[in-house]
Amino acid sequence: MALDHAAGAAGHADGHDHPTWSTYWKIAVILFVITAVEVSAFYIPAWETSWIYVPSMLTLSTIKFVLVVMYYMHLKYDHKLFRSLFTGPLIVAALTLVGLMFLFSKLSIRLGLLS
Amino acid sequence: MTATTIPAAEHADAGHGHHYTTLGLDNRKIAIWTFIGSECMLFASLISTYLIYKGRSIKGPFPHEPWTDPVTNTVYPAILDIPVTSASTFVLLMSSFAMVLALAAVQNKELPKHTMGEKILGSSKLWLWVTCLMGTAFLGFQAFEFTAFIREGLTIRTNLFGSSFFTLTGFHGAHVAVGVCWLFSLLAIDYKRGLRPADATNVDIAALYWHFVDVIWIVIFTLVYLIK
Repeated sequence: MALDHAAGAAGHADGHDHPTWSTYWKIAVILFVITAVEVSAFYIPAWETSWIYVPSMLTLSTIKFVLVVMYYMHLKYDHKLFRSLFTGPLIVAALTLVGLMFLFSKLSIRLGLLS
Repeated sequence: MTATTIPAAEHADAGHGHHYTTLGLDNRKIAIWTFIGSECMLFASLISTYLIYKGRSIKGPFPHEPWTDPVTNTVYPAILDIPVTSASTFVLLMSSFAMVLALAAVQNKELPKHTMGEKILGSSKLWLWVTCLMGTAFLGFQAFEFTAFIREGLTIRTNLFGSSFFTLTGFHGAHVAVGVCWLFSLLAIDYKRGLRPADATNVDIAALYWHFVDVIWIVIFTLVYLIK
């Protein structure tokens, strides 16, 4: 299909290729399947109550996040400066989140700051 | 900047009045990525607040467990409606798919389209309409959820869960509302004079914002709704 090739060939003024239509719909299907698995897991007691539930949910969510950012936001194909502008604050944000969680949970209880 | 240091890209696009950095990158794309980076930190603070307050509410209603009011003996069921939110999540994810097709349609506007499939894929109006409608549907789901919660006794002042939940999802909903307005404005331009490949960066910037609200929802859906 002409558009299939054109989606990538048209690219941008800055000369970076973009994914094709077939990549876009494959990503959409993967996103749909992962979401369906996540919601199903919520209703499967054996999975929902097991220790693996939270790590698996976080992993699936991260996969969806990365797929959208890399393919739909074209970060995989764009200039590395854009990647830095996004991943830099994202790392700071993630560290802030983890730091606050640590501060206000186990550490704070151990130090007697919270009951 | 002297004439000798102006990059070639600036000359190439001088007619459109766009500004490029010395790296040859469009300033508008640098601006939107910087903005998205700052938004990451905003939402990280809101999500952190929600997670810190999670499970610390003294009185209900609670997100995943039923609660009996000791004064009135009224039983409040678990308040989160996973099937409805799953549907709204699906709608928002698919709106991102429609948005990339809208962008590709604008980029390829001048290519000849022979088959019906190529005409459908190449219609920027169609895909912008689909994205707008899906965004509006997501807001409708959120309005439904919020009114249902208020009817069931959970407001922003009821407990810690209510405060942090409404703040987090309300901020996200406001971002979606801004995105929907932005997309409708692109649609209006498309009807008025038609979006051309020269407008691709403008559509790309709107698309980046739209995908960002989508990825934030991916995180919120898992942390708030699916993990008890």
